[in-house]
Amino acid sequence: MSNAVSALQGESFDGYCKVEEAGLVGMITLRGDLASKGVAKAVKAATGAAMPGQGEITQGAKGRVGWMSPDELLLIVDHGDAPKVVETATKSLAKENALVVNVSDARAVYRVKGAACREVIAKLAPADMSVMQPGMLRRSRIAQIPAAFYMEDDETAVLVCFRSVAQYAFDLLKDAAKPGGEVNP
Amino acid sequence: MSTRLAQGGRLIDRSKPKNFTFNGKRMKGYEGDTLAAALLGEDQMLMGRSFKYHRPRGVVASGAEEPNALVNLGQGERFEPNQRVTTTELFDGLTCTSQNHWPSLEFDVGVVNNYAARFLPAGFYYKTFMAPAAAWKHVFEPVIRKSAGLGQVPTEADADRYEHYYHHTDVVIIGGGVAGLASALAAGRSGAKVLVMEQTHHWGGRAPVDGGEIDGQSVDAWIDATLAELSAMENVTLRTRMMGSGVYDHGYVLGYERVADHTPGDGRPRHRLWRIRTKQIVTATGAIERPLSFAGNDIPGVMLASAVRDYAVNWGVSIGDRTVVVTNNDDGYRTALTLKEAGLDVPVVLDARSEATGPLAEAARAAGIRVEPGRAIAKVHGGKRVTGVSICLQAGEGSALEEIKCDAVAMSGGWSPVVHMWSHCGGKLIWDEAQAHFRPDPNRAPTSHDGEAFVVTAGTASGAMSLAATLEDAYAAGKAAAKAAGGKAVRKAGPKADAESEQPMAPVWIMPQGASIKKRMKMWLDYQNDVKVSDVQLAAREGYESVEHTKRYTTLGMATDQGKLSNINGLAVLSDALDQEIPTTGTTTFRPPYTPISFGAIAGEARHEIFQPIRRTPMHQWHEDAGAYMEPVGHWRRPYCYAKPGETNEQAVHREVLNTRENLGLLDASTLGKLIVKGPDAGKFMDMMYTNMMSNLAVGKCRYGLMCSENGFLSDDGVVARIDEDTWLCHTTSGGADRIHAWMEEWLQTEWWDWKVYVANVTEQLAQVAVVGPNARKVLEKLGGMDVSKETLPFMQWKDGTIGGFDARVYRISFSGELSYEIAVPASQGRAFWDALLEAGEEFGVMPYGTECLHIMRAEKGFIMIGDETDGTVIPQDLGLNWAISKKKEDFLGKRAQQRSHMTDPNRWKLVGLETLDGSVLPDGAYAVGEGNNVHGQRNMIGRVTSTYYSPTLKKGIAMGLVLHGPDRMGEVISFPTVDGSNTVVKARICDPVFYDKDGEKQNV
Amino acid sequence: MLILECPYCGVMADETDLHGGGEAHLKRFGPGSSDDDFETYLFHRANPKGVHFERWRHVSGCGKWFHAARNTMTLEVYGTYPAQTYEPPKELVAKIKKKHPEWGGWK
Repeated sequence: MSNAVSALQGESFDGYCKVEEAGLVGMITLRGDLASKGVAKAVKAATGAAMPGQGEITQGAKGRVGWMSPDELLLIVDHGDAPKVVETATKSLAKENALVVNVSDARAVYRVKGAACREVIAKLAPADMSVMQPGMLRRSRIAQIPAAFYMEDDETAVLVCFRSVAQYAFDLLKDAAKPGGEVNP
Repeated sequence: MSTRLAQGGRLIDRSKPKNFTFNGKRMKGYEGDTLAAALLGEDQMLMGRSFKYHRPRGVVASGAEEPNALVNLGQGERFEPNQRVTTTELFDGLTCTSQNHWPSLEFDVGVVNNYAARFLPAGFYYKTFMAPAAAWKHVFEPVIRKSAGLGQVPTEADADRYEHYYHHTDVVIIGGGVAGLASALAAGRSGAKVLVMEQTHHWGGRAPVDGGEIDGQSVDAWIDATLAELSAMENVTLRTRMMGSGVYDHGYVLGYERVADHTPGDGRPRHRLWRIRTKQIVTATGAIERPLSFAGNDIPGVMLASAVRDYAVNWGVSIGDRTVVVTNNDDGYRTALTLKEAGLDVPVVLDARSEATGPLAEAARAAGIRVEPGRAIAKVHGGKRVTGVSICLQAGEGSALEEIKCDAVAMSGGWSPVVHMWSHCGGKLIWDEAQAHFRPDPNRAPTSHDGEAFVVTAGTASGAMSLAATLEDAYAAGKAAAKAAGGKAVRKAGPKADAESEQPMAPVWIMPQGASIKKRMKMWLDYQNDVKVSDVQLAAREGYESVEHTKRYTTLGMATDQGKLSNINGLAVLSDALDQEIPTTGTTTFRPPYTPISFGAIAGEARHEIFQPIRRTPMHQWHEDAGAYMEPVGHWRRPYCYAKPGETNEQAVHREVLNTRENLGLLDASTLGKLIVKGPDAGKFMDMMYTNMMSNLAVGKCRYGLMCSENGFLSDDGVVARIDEDTWLCHTTSGGADRIHAWMEEWLQTEWWDWKVYVANVTEQLAQVAVVGPNARKVLEKLGGMDVSKETLPFMQWKDGTIGGFDARVYRISFSGELSYEIAVPASQGRAFWDALLEAGEEFGVMPYGTECLHIMRAEKGFIMIGDETDGTVIPQDLGLNWAISKKKEDFLGKRAQQRSHMTDPNRWKLVGLETLDGSVLPDGAYAVGEGNNVHGQRNMIGRVTSTYYSPTLKKGIAMGLVLHGPDRMGEVISFPTVDGSNTVVKARICDPVFYDKDGEKQNV
Repeated sequence: MLILECPYCGVMADETDLHGGGEAHLKRFGPGSSDDDFETYLFHRANPKGVHFERWRHVSGCGKWFHAARNTMTLEVYGTYPAQTYEPPKELVAKIKKKHPEWGGWK
């Protein structure tokens, strides 16, 4: 629907890295047997991406698929496509023990752009950001909330958190990216 | 007097003067000065007063170990007390004031304590301020607080910002002296990822002050070359102004970076706390010189010999024109020689050893300095400043042989390695007889998660006391750490220095060794806390044997310097008094932080709006714009009520209740937990999680359910909807969603892992609105899209459809007793849906209502609330909820516990309604009293209020409570004494907890 | 501050990413059990000085429960393994036994 809005409606901040809310993003939680062919097929159909291995995120023509746990994937697609993807995947996995739910609106997504994007997140997350490369997905926390992050490219980190704490996450990233806070100026 | 020399000062830039004030007096220093150097350069030797006796105190040291020279630094929102001048970098505009005196630093009334010193021995407080207890609050504590204590408490909020930084590396090197740099060379050359931190703003530590050559160059030149090599290595990170604060389990290190202490207000974070995870740690933390214990060793002008040398070489500051050096080792001679070279007078070197034959002593003699072996200081003369010393035999009792005029005394009692970082995580120490110090035992290092050692010491921190030994030890330490962290082997040789020969030192713990009690009462061990040799000896006589107990009894080493100077001397005195070896006495425990770190650094970013996460619903902004009074529910903020202009919150709540009962109310119920449980075994699982039978709930229907812990206590409740054959949707309480989600996952993962069930938390995916009141159906019908009639959507059923164009799931459930629909839409459209309902509801008298209205309406209906009627000790049976506990099920979580004797006790308090005889509102949490007293002489209690409100619907106070045999005592009147001081008793009649629409006719229409 | 390897994610997880859950390998007693068995299940927990088997959840990571064999004195971690088991892996028990011959062994 046209009246759908993301938590911060694309708010952004220019610090020594740029922090911007990504707007509406389609996200689907798929729980099931990740070794099953049916799941791989459903994932491929939804995103065009191959099954990610442990700690990975893959990309296809229609979206990305992130490995969240041994029995959970995160499908990232266009926001408007999410309900249809849920319906199709649920149907195709009807014979398997699987759960497919739309969580698009339960999330907020941020991009941190700039050469120091890893550094900005490293002020908040105990995970080793220096090893993060495109294709990797890490779940950890930023300050007091859970978060997942991956790299779109070497200078763009994407961070996913819950929608209810979208403002807190944005304020954290803003604070971390504030000019003057460069760890390696 | 102390003064700035015309020349010298390797760390200062004389072309860049910096202005500052001390106690309002304008002073000048140079870029590169510490505040201590700048104050001494302006002849400000007196810097504060001691804690207990208010004795005059000057600086004794030149680094982090300084116990005396603490000041209030800055003003207003940048005011901070207890800042060590020796570790404070000078900057233009710095202001500071001295501490712990009244009315002034020069004239302090508190110094009367000094004359009463013999009445204030160790343990004075413990012995004196015993009883009566009330005197503590009104007399003792206020008096002690006023007379003892350091700086003032800041009164304004801190203007600065702070942050954390997580860093992962292979090797952390703590200390950037020549040892740290040599270790860094080795580790860097191995290819390992290395972080080197140095607490000051300059590299090289104190080696350049001591002189010598490394690889044929001056120490300074070698440091520059080494820094150049390290800077060129991509795998090496060099940080100054960063102190190793603590070493913790599994290679966790805290680095305290003082980013902008010297550039306040420049927009950078003031401090950055590095939270480092490393494979290996090299502690190149150097050593600290020990004072000597002689009478009057605390008089301003008595300083560590190394500090006197540092001030001369590093900052071009002379402590006095005539400096007597007193030592028990060769290093003290370096100070004598340095001062002589600077053109200052050294009237005598008193060497406590019976002979002074080392090369350094010879050099001193050659420079024309008088050297007196076997001599000691009998007494230092002076009050606020040294004026001279009396000399005596070290072997004797202190008869003065000679008096020498001087204005400074440089003392050297030998060196103790800084073992803090080694010891924080369990590294053990050994006593080194030759050096008379504890040093790390390399065979008993702290171990990490893999069971292997993860800390190695380097240089003087290992007890390697010469430059040559330091470099060799440190390079080897760097190599070893890098290898253990997975670096490649290093073949390149490390830096070298020529070996020097030194005459062995001699331990001297009391000077002279036969000093009388009168002298021992003037020998300071802990300068800041005023602990003297006589205090430790008294503690030993009074039976204190453990060094930890003695520390607390005497307060030795408990000051802000944590005994960096006093520790070894103190425990040597204790050992002597107990007639045992020093290693038998042992040391006190070394705990982080190495020196105090700021609260700001610990808090990091967690201040102001990001102090903690605030959870917001999609409609949150509307509530704020409407002026709602928000209350915390977990991390959520929910509208308590929406007061209109001129309305009190209470009036608003009453209006909201009446309007909802008469017209139409809207509640933002998005915070309610929503969990999807799906799978072939989901029914079986649901039956375990809930006390009710959930597997037989028909698709399309809803059922209220209870969840208990394995203890049997009621933990959560909510309405469950059956979505399809193998899917259930569970509503939890607002605060309970994450907890219950985790609870379900825990059972599925750790107990019933073969059950085919998946759970997903969709709480935040959906915005949920309760549309409540007699007009609820009308507004939905107006918006249109789906049939919400009684026939199509009866009470306790749900349906998917569209409402006003929104994809919605509509539940016919009621927590208010009114006709009620709870409608879930995607969160992204929550605000739009809320707006649409308000607009469409206008003609039906719509008003939003808050949580307090919700509470009152549920209480009028006798519905329980988790957290009000329950407190973690209440079982469903206590609340008359037996109807919701399945008798058919063999098992559910909590069932076995509810069969325990205490749970089936007929004397458990049970839920009833309470109505006051006068219609008033019972006080929240009030207790009902019964007959007689308990064993403590208190009135016996027979019940308590769990919920109490004024009911605008019924126009009187209503309450629920847990009462002994309550349900059997309907109509009985019980007494609730008030505790507001009015000494009144509220009488209430026990009644049915359902006060309103007992038959549910209003909700079922 | 501990780090434990999450056996599901393969990452060394910081203690602040984890949630401790006490003693591992408890046997649940439900309806029909004796008072003593139920009491033991509900309240009695081993608290050894030395080798201990614990439950941990990778709470801000994959959300999964796993077990850790750990030394409560030295904080050495002998190994972590998934929670879907009634007893620790034999190789792990053997490894600990080899390191600590004096250890009484698993139950």
